Amino acid sequence: MILGVSIYEVLILSTIIFFIGVFGFLTRKNLIAMLMSVELILNSAALNFVIINKYLYPELLEGGIFSLFIIAIAAAETALALAIIINLYRLVMSLKTDQLETMKN
Amino acid sequence: MESTIFYIIALVMIVFAVMSVTSKHIMRAIVYLLIVMLGITGIYFLIDFQFLAAVQMIVYAGGIIILYITSIMLVERIDSPLDSPDKVRTTIAAILSFVATGFSIYAITSFDFKESTVETVTTVEEVGRAMLNYGDNGYILPFEVISILLLAAMVGAIVIAKTYNKQSNTSK
Repeated sequence: MILGVSIYEVLILSTIIFFIGVFGFLTRKNLIAMLMSVELILNSAALNFVIINKYLYPELLEGGIFSLFIIAIAAAETALALAIIINLYRLVMSLKTDQLETMKN
Repeated sequence: MESTIFYIIALVMIVFAVMSVTSKHIMRAIVYLLIVMLGITGIYFLIDFQFLAAVQMIVYAGGIIILYITSIMLVERIDSPLDSPDKVRTTIAAILSFVATGFSIYAITSFDFKESTVETVTTVEEVGRAMLNYGDNGYILPFEVISILLLAAMVGAIVIAKTYNKQSNTSK
């Protein structure tokens, strides 16, 4: 735990980051920019796991290990999504969501 | 002292997260995202989980940000600005996010968390023993499954990048 900081403040911080990510996901029109907002959401979720583990059950490790797995899965997801986006860009020469109506060719 | 550092990190993270989702230039947005990731690393250091902080810094700040930068260099001109979203959509999204944030903060603050006063430092040794332990509180099965998942993601990325070449050769 952090000296002088209660669990509420850290949870409020991660909530704010989460909904900033949701706002970006709703407003962005570029595929890569949308994926960046998803990274914000994933990060705040991983932060929540660790914070709750460390503040409420400091002798256990479950939350931290969950966060490690979240980071690994996020890395795999980003690599695959960027491969799909680059391939899609070569097909339609655009990354704007309103111009990507179909994914099959 | 620690609380002051936490408040500074929290302020920097919120400011740069907002800038990251509103910036017109995608390259700047990525650098702002990098600063948010480094802020989360700082919080992991503050709660004495050094291994997770190192992983966050290596995988996110090191790996994923570089992946984003290279893919942007591949697909678009760096200095071309992003489309600004229309006003109605931005307003609706902002109202929705504000209401949801307020509701979540209300739910968090009204719940009575039983905070433990014990302060522990999670060492790399503990994490390693838990990861490779097949008894109680062991994570050997998810550890192996995640390695297969990473292998599948690598193979999948190569296959996705390759299919297009084959199609374009046959269509020509």
